[in-house]
Amino acid sequence: MKIVVCIKQVPDSTAKVVVEHGKVSWGDAPLIMNPWDEYALEAALQQKEALGGTVTAITIGDESTKEALKRALAMGADDATLICDPALVNMDTQATAQVLAATILKTGGVDMAFFGRQAIDGDAGLVPAQTARLLGWPALTLASVIKIEGINVRVERGIEEGRQIVTAKLPAVFSLTKDFGEPRYPSFMGIRKASRAEIPTWPLTELGIAAPASVIAWPEIINPPSREVKCEFITGGSPEEISETLANKILAEKVL
Amino acid sequence: MNTWVYIDHFKGNALPASWETIGVGKTLGNVTALVFGSGIEALAKAAFEYGADEVLLADDASLVDYRAEAYATTLSKLSAERTPDLLLFPTTTRGRELAGMVAIDLRTGVMVDVTSLEATGGKITVTRPIYAGKLLTKETCSSRPQIITLRGRAFPKPAQQAGKSGTLTKVAAAIGDFPTKVEGYTTSESGVSLTDASVIVSGGRGVSNNPALTPPAGLDEKQAEIWRAQQGFALVIDLASALGAAVGASRAAVDAGYVPYTHQVGQTGKVVSPDVYIACGISGAIQHLAGMRTSKVIVAINKDPEAPIFKLARYGVVGDLFQIVPALTVAFKKKMGK
Ligand SMILES: Cc1cc2nc3c(=O)[nH]c(=O)nc-3n(C[C@H](O)[C@H](O)[C@H](O)COP(=O)(O)OP(=O)(O)OC[C@H]3O[C@@H](n4cnc5c(N)ncnc54)[C@H](O)[C@@H]3O)c2cc1C
Ligand SMILES: Nc1ncnc2c1ncn2[C@@H]1O[C@H](COP(=O)(O)O)[C@@H](O)[C@H]1O
Repeated sequence: MKIVVCIKQVPDSTAKVVVEHGKVSWGDAPLIMNPWDEYALEAALQQKEALGGTVTAITIGDESTKEALKRALAMGADDATLICDPALVNMDTQATAQVLAATILKTGGVDMAFFGRQAIDGDAGLVPAQTARLLGWPALTLASVIKIEGINVRVERGIEEGRQIVTAKLPAVFSLTKDFGEPRYPSFMGIRKASRAEIPTWPLTELGIAAPASVIAWPEIINPPSREVKCEFITGGSPEEISETLANKILAEKVL
Repeated sequence: MNTWVYIDHFKGNALPASWETIGVGKTLGNVTALVFGSGIEALAKAAFEYGADEVLLADDASLVDYRAEAYATTLSKLSAERTPDLLLFPTTTRGRELAGMVAIDLRTGVMVDVTSLEATGGKITVTRPIYAGKLLTKETCSSRPQIITLRGRAFPKPAQQAGKSGTLTKVAAAIGDFPTKVEGYTTSESGVSLTDASVIVSGGRGVSNNPALTPPAGLDEKQAEIWRAQQGFALVIDLASALGAAVGASRAAVDAGYVPYTHQVGQTGKVVSPDVYIACGISGAIQHLAGMRTSKVIVAINKDPEAPIFKLARYGVVGDLFQIVPALTVAFKKKMGK
């Protein structure tokens, strides 16, 4: 089974993110592998353990994103590819999907392409379905259970109403949630392997495509209006008295 | 503006965000609602009653189950033929996925999970939260149609006008050899859905912290903790049912096995925006706040007066949830005449 996992590097989820001079800043908070992509990588490694094969991590980014790929290698990915090109800036999701689709085709022989549910910087959650559409592969998004028999795949996917059970044939695109368990920690051997790894870097010429045009623009990023709430602490002589007051206050908000 | 609104539904039951989306479309001009499925004429009728001027109805046995590929192809084909200016979807799992695929087919982009928008001469500028709501971004799209998904509960639901109708146009489902087959469904445990809920009561790690309870003999430490948490969660669930509310949880509560993941609120759970959010024994970590910060009235019950959740709360009680939550349930039952 040849599996690729698309990962993105993002600011740590605990970072204090603000806009300074019109630009997004996260201070000195570290960049990490998008948490949803860690879940996707965990699911990919489990598939590899069950079925045999290889796991390749792919990212589009600058040189610094090699750190996220090294983490993927340390966790157990077999190899990694960085797509890096000065023409790839301010990409919207469909442009990202075009580059990833081209990368998956160029990688060749891919059976399963794994994605995180969404990237926690842009919070779009669009790239997996868009990449699938470009490839013409089934989009098995929000998959919580994956069963493979030959080229037949059966997934359970999360929907608002519960789970939808879908069958399809490989190759296919998957986006993953948390159902495959917490991502494993890098092993000692993995870290050693990762620190020595030479990660190939492909410019667009290697993919044989021109830089896809982005159609979505971000004319302005702003700090949200601060939520000036002053907490009113409810006190009283007994839990009953406190609850009585609190219930009255909530009902007086007239939102119930 | 010629606006299309996709009506998301499951077996004929529309998700409420679909009606909110019609409401937004109506502020921009005429609305054409897209109703896809099988045996769903009642849904077309409802779309008119919520404000649609026209309905494009693809009622076909092949559309009985939602399949992204079949639905997206049907939608893209219609859009290519009839060239609307704007496609609106509710930000549901299906809405998001379809919007993304249709954008690929039509060579345009998607502005996703939008919380407000304005139109100037046919060009829409949206505002949407990014970085889990830590920032807001404005976005525009240079190609047509513009495709937007709207966050649920961010816009008012229009009033239903019984008997209002409009132009019903039947359209064909796209035929093709689509790569997926739906085998069936497993439904989640019933109860109020978190994302549509107007009231949510959530429990965190604090629900397991009642030293006064003695677990039954024979449980190991982990089992005893889960047992304790279940007693605590029962109080949260009681309060929720008194209020007709959905039950939420922090990740700590989910990871510890107290409740299933479907209840998790936060950055890696569900993003919710109820009118009232009652957090019981939740500290208010930034990733939890990311999922509920836009709730209208936040109430926190926590024994630690320094817990960060109080920074966002309108009302706070510093105290033991095992005493406060049951008393609050009693108080609400009395006041709400139950
Ligand atoms: C990548 C990433 C993603 C994450 N995503 C999410 C997410 O989606 N959602 C989420 O919730 N978290 C998320 N987290 C975890 C988050 O950082 C916190 O660890 C988690 O929210 C803590 O849950 P808690 O508030 O229930 O537990 P704690 O932080 O342990 O807080 C328990 C609280 O209960 C109070 N308490 C204890 N006993 C009582 C009592 N008897 N009565 C009243 N109060 C009591 C304590 O004072 C304390 O404030 C994420 C973390 C990471 C790294
Ligand atoms: N620059 C990128 N490089 C590699 N994978 C990406 C990139 N951007 C997004 N992805 C993948 O697409 C998923 C969804 O991203 P998004 O649609 O941007 O929220 C992520 O979880 C990744 O798996």
